[in-house]
Amino acid sequence: MNTLLNLLISAIVNGTPLMYGTLGEILTEKTGNLNLGVEGMMYMGGAIGLAGAFYYSKFAGANANGILAVIIAILLSFLAGAAAALIYSFITISLRANQNVTGLALAIFGTGLGQFIGETMRVKEGGYITVSNELKTYFYSSPFPAFLQNIPVVGKLIFGHSIFVYLGILIACAMAFYISKTRYGLNLRAVGESPATADAAGINIMKNKYLATVIGGGISAIGGMVYIMTIAGGVWNHEGLAGEGWLAVALVIFCLWRPLNAIWGSFLFGALMILYLRLSLPIPSEIYKILPYVVTVVVLVITSMRRKRENQPPESLGIAYFREDR
Amino acid sequence: MPGTIAVRMRNITKKFGSIVANNDVWLDIWNGEILSLLGENGSGKTTLMNMLAGIYYPDAGKIYVGDEEVVISSPKDAFRYGIGMIHQHFKLVSVLSAAENVVLGLDIKPVLDMKEVSRRVKEISDRYHFNIDPEKKVYDMSVSEKQTLEIIKVLYRGANILILDEPTAVLTPQETERLFDVLREMKKDGKSIVIITHKLNEVMALADRVAVLRKGHFVGDMLVKDTNPGEMTNMMVGRPVTLNINRPLPVNPQPRLKISDLTVVNEEGVVKLDHVSFTAMGGEVLGIAGIAGSGQKELLESIAGLCPVQSGSILYTPDGKPAAELVGRTPMQIKQAGVSLAFVPEDRLGMGLVGTMGMTGNMMIRSWKKGKGVLLQKKDPNELALKVKEELEVVTPDVNYPVRRLSGGNVQKVLVGREIATEPTVLMSAYAVRGLDINTSYIIYNLMTSQKQKGVAVVFVGEDLDVLLELCDRILVLCDGKVTGIVDARNITKEEIGFLMTNDKEKGGSGNAENG
Repeated sequence: MNTLLNLLISAIVNGTPLMYGTLGEILTEKTGNLNLGVEGMMYMGGAIGLAGAFYYSKFAGANANGILAVIIAILLSFLAGAAAALIYSFITISLRANQNVTGLALAIFGTGLGQFIGETMRVKEGGYITVSNELKTYFYSSPFPAFLQNIPVVGKLIFGHSIFVYLGILIACAMAFYISKTRYGLNLRAVGESPATADAAGINIMKNKYLATVIGGGISAIGGMVYIMTIAGGVWNHEGLAGEGWLAVALVIFCLWRPLNAIWGSFLFGALMILYLRLSLPIPSEIYKILPYVVTVVVLVITSMRRKRENQPPESLGIAYFREDR
Repeated sequence: MPGTIAVRMRNITKKFGSIVANNDVWLDIWNGEILSLLGENGSGKTTLMNMLAGIYYPDAGKIYVGDEEVVISSPKDAFRYGIGMIHQHFKLVSVLSAAENVVLGLDIKPVLDMKEVSRRVKEISDRYHFNIDPEKKVYDMSVSEKQTLEIIKVLYRGANILILDEPTAVLTPQETERLFDVLREMKKDGKSIVIITHKLNEVMALADRVAVLRKGHFVGDMLVKDTNPGEMTNMMVGRPVTLNINRPLPVNPQPRLKISDLTVVNEEGVVKLDHVSFTAMGGEVLGIAGIAGSGQKELLESIAGLCPVQSGSILYTPDGKPAAELVGRTPMQIKQAGVSLAFVPEDRLGMGLVGTMGMTGNMMIRSWKKGKGVLLQKKDPNELALKVKEELEVVTPDVNYPVRRLSGGNVQKVLVGREIATEPTVLMSAYAVRGLDINTSYIIYNLMTSQKQKGVAVVFVGEDLDVLLELCDRILVLCDGKVTGIVDARNITKEEIGFLMTNDKEKGGSGNAENG
């Protein structure tokens, strides 16, 4: 029982950065933009989010406010991802360049820039950067009072997580509501499915695509910061994000482009990623690490075979739109 | 007939590059009438209405709604003035439900109340006896249901002026009747309806008034009760023009392709070719006339083996060899059987050439099987490219320059030149001169004629009746997938062909007789 509980809890911890990456990419892809640069945006979010928290704690010293540090980290990582997505948007939406190439370039660029910022900070600050232990607890620990967490069995499972788990679930619910229950969401879906139809209905294609891609990039980048501040222990190391961004792109497909699926989907992928630590079978850990991708392929095969229209990607995904002038 | 005018269009001009789609067009739409906008393909009917619907913006001219001069620069503006258009290619999102499609882009409450929308959709459908389920997804709908949904979409936005672009093209006769009933019902409600069409029988059956466009110009309008199909055909096709294409008499024509009872049904179950029978002779140019979408594409594609055939046969007789059946063979097998069909597709860059390759590369696409070994052998294609460039006066800086960057006329020459170089015994071309200037067109006409003199059976699908009359030896007329006549091009007038192209009902009997 306890083993299972522990597995569940660490699955949630490990899945949370993925949840952000996936949610941001779902929003982006819903308007027909396939941004493969999630890894790059998450890297930038991770490095800049950490920088924000680190320099804040350095300058504020003993007066540092933990809640403010969390907010600064969220805001800065969001802005970093949004800025990167803005470059992507300009190149693919306004200049109508190939989305795959642009996305891959952004992945490489973002990874490099993130590494550069992280390493520069590390070297300048004497080879090791991290925020104070007191501040770290604000990133790690649950925002709920102790008595809730102490409820037997479910207490830790429901109330024991970091603020980011709850924020992510909140974003997922808000996004699901926005996409399926509001007229803005309806317009957004129309843009991703059939831009010509949306155009004829008077929907502003440019605005929808830019906004969704930029905000989506920001949300993805928060995931990078969450990874650095929680899983990596608030320390910049050489390994960076270890491919979380790529996994997020796969997870979008696994979730069938639905934000609510991203919640359990990311926890499931989180579990698959740490399975090798918990299950000690005599097989190499690399086998375990490919499990998330195997699951994605299986889901792709099943959804392609069932051919249900609702489970297909947005119809105009990956295609630039321009109003044809004959 | 109510005497008030709903919309006035004055001196409307619209150009696409060097092509003038509408030139100084005047048009009135009255309240509570059904107006037919009549004209051949490319006469600018759809362009004119697109300007009313906010899809295009006129280069010159004024539009008045009521007495007010208005600027319509987007579909939203059009809705504001009560104008709604149902496009020929439906603008619907297939994964959304009917009701969701209806409210797309509307300024309603931020949080959707789909129950309320469904209720109003039901209200509109009940009013006009539509049968539509607001919850149904568009991908589950038939073509007719989609059209109904488009009409509901426009009505939901409170349109008083409905424009329908060739609405019957995709409908069965029964569905067409139902649509006409609905349109008459709307007219009773005081709505104005504009129906873009080229079918004279529909004009006669439905419209109060008809306005005719020809080659971008407004020819005239009149009440339908004061006119007749003959007069309308005259206005539509205009007076004959003399082109002076050199046309020698066919020498010793031999049957090359014998098509009998060819029937083609497309994926949506619509009959595109209905028991088509004819024979194409070597040494003559057989013209194919017909309104776009009457089955020309399917006819050429089924001969080339690109389009599945429901029933019928295509017998091919090479010089001095026994006849061979082409139906059921793949394009490659048709070629291997000794049949060389040269095919100039309608979409020249989409289907015929690789835009980013140069002339040499595109020549090689046709002949790659001739190469030996694994390495490319560029010598022959390169020579061919140079020859085509020389003979057809292709303007290109280099034979390796991407064909995508060449002008339309030059792209066309590359395509036709390559097809002729394969020394076909049957040369089929569709819209070979579409969008070309006069000089280039003549080069193509002369090529067709010289092929004919070599004994090739030339099948020429054309849009311009003047050209067909001057170029071809015989003309086959298609209407709604049926052959409505095979006529001698030297002894027929444009008006007569115009009749065959449009009046399928009157001529239906004789067409069937020919097939049987």
